Amino acid sequence: MTDYLNNVDALAAHVPDGALMALPPEYSFVPMELVRAIIRRGVKNLNILTVPINGLAADMLIGAGCVKRVECAAVSLGEAGSAPRFSKAVENGTIDIVDSTCPAVHSALQATEKGVPFMPLGGIIGSDILANRDDWKVVDDPLGQGNGKIVLIPAISPDIAIIHSPLADRDGNVWIGRRRELATIAHASKIVLVTVEHIQDESLLANEKTAAGVLPGFYVTALTEAQMGAKPLGLVEHYPADTDEIATYARAARDDDAFAAYMQRVVFGTQEAAE
Amino acid sequence: MSETTDYCDEEFLIAAISGLLSTDDVRHVAVGAASPIPGAAALLARKMRGGMPRVSLIHGKATNPFTDGGREIFDAAGQGRIDVFFLGGVQIDGEANINLVGTGDYPKVDKRFPGSFGSAHMYFVVPKVILFRPEHSRRVFVPKVDFISAPGVSDPDVRRPGGPKYLVTELCIMAFDASRRRFRLESVTPGRTIEEVQDNTGFEFDVPENVAETSLPTPEQLALLRSTVGVEVADTYPGFAKDVLGVAA
Repeated sequence: MTDYLNNVDALAAHVPDGALMALPPEYSFVPMELVRAIIRRGVKNLNILTVPINGLAADMLIGAGCVKRVECAAVSLGEAGSAPRFSKAVENGTIDIVDSTCPAVHSALQATEKGVPFMPLGGIIGSDILANRDDWKVVDDPLGQGNGKIVLIPAISPDIAIIHSPLADRDGNVWIGRRRELATIAHASKIVLVTVEHIQDESLLANEKTAAGVLPGFYVTALTEAQMGAKPLGLVEHYPADTDEIATYARAARDDDAFAAYMQRVVFGTQEAAE
Repeated sequence: MSETTDYCDEEFLIAAISGLLSTDDVRHVAVGAASPIPGAAALLARKMRGGMPRVSLIHGKATNPFTDGGREIFDAAGQGRIDVFFLGGVQIDGEANINLVGTGDYPKVDKRFPGSFGSAHMYFVVPKVILFRPEHSRRVFVPKVDFISAPGVSDPDVRRPGGPKYLVTELCIMAFDASRRRFRLESVTPGRTIEEVQDNTGFEFDVPENVAETSLPTPEQLALLRSTVGVEVADTYPGFAKDVLGVAA
């Protein structure tokens, strides 16, 4: 059964030091309020997997010293530019970087979804991504059908997945709409922590229109309400991204002192101020 | 709004790219995040060709057809359902290797960029990849990239139905010949010279005897960009449509 918790800090208590935590992409229901709670908790040595890319959440976690290793296809603030804390940490060698490519991240999670040890994936051969991946393996087409060499991507099973959503019901069902990568992440993860804008009494499965976009409750470990929980990122059909706030972050994060002051205000100040 | 014979650099690049999307083999163009110029070029080509090609903007809403999660665009491309995709590069070399990761020795690079995104897959499977990098300098166009996010060519024992076909910059359009592992100068931006292209390119490329000038945007193209196509652009790239095309969302 899904645990219904009182607030994001209770949810953040589920994230242990050293966990492998999957983060959804910027446009896909990122639970920023929960990310701020994880930072407040002072979690250490996180192993971040961006699915397949991320921006603000990864950059804040890295800058706050919560992260030991990042596996990513990219970390970027999008139109606000590079992710300054990520770039600096890689340049200074203060985090371990494992470069991937978008479909390899998806494939690794799909392997776990299917309960198989690896997935084959086209392309990649001849890249320096592959040259730096001891865990990936190039084999000749094992079925001998003349397709040449192919890369095998081992399954990845994140310890923790974190998701924000507009809506849940009382049975742990969470509406994700067409953001199906959230389903893939959740299917592949051991613990799934969810924040939602609103919890409704009627089952999301009682209506075929909402049922088609549901992540079923049996994947969801714990859940809490967090209104405006994706801010300053957007939530489709609820609120747009706060591009001014993201730009403010991008500027602050270029400088150690300005970043510390920003985090003090937004993460460690009163929770409501984070809105 | 200015006279339709005046145009800005972005409108020139949009028209130039649009010209590469005008052939019958271009049925479905997909455009990644934060790529307003290629996105606008695809929408312009669609209007000019009366509805072809299909244009999928992954950050759009109604313009984004994907409903099966982040993996769908890569799966569709892997099957050959996407004909054109755009990639860039912090560095690009003469064999069309692209670097989206960083400069200096990997992994503790001197300057880190976001990462390779889906390039290491898309570059292999999309038949017509257009490299788009407005800045034409020796900083970008290097003899050898520091990190290969995706290679320009592959050995025969690697399945590769796709790859780079064109490179579009502020100075020129080059075509890529995979069998020769070389770029060939295709056309030069009006007012710029072949020598200027050579001076600003850190790798060797072929220069045919006759090199055309890249076509200027036509009055019809400019009119469309500043009206109906601009409105479509604004749906996904509102800031760009407002600032560059003068079209409000």
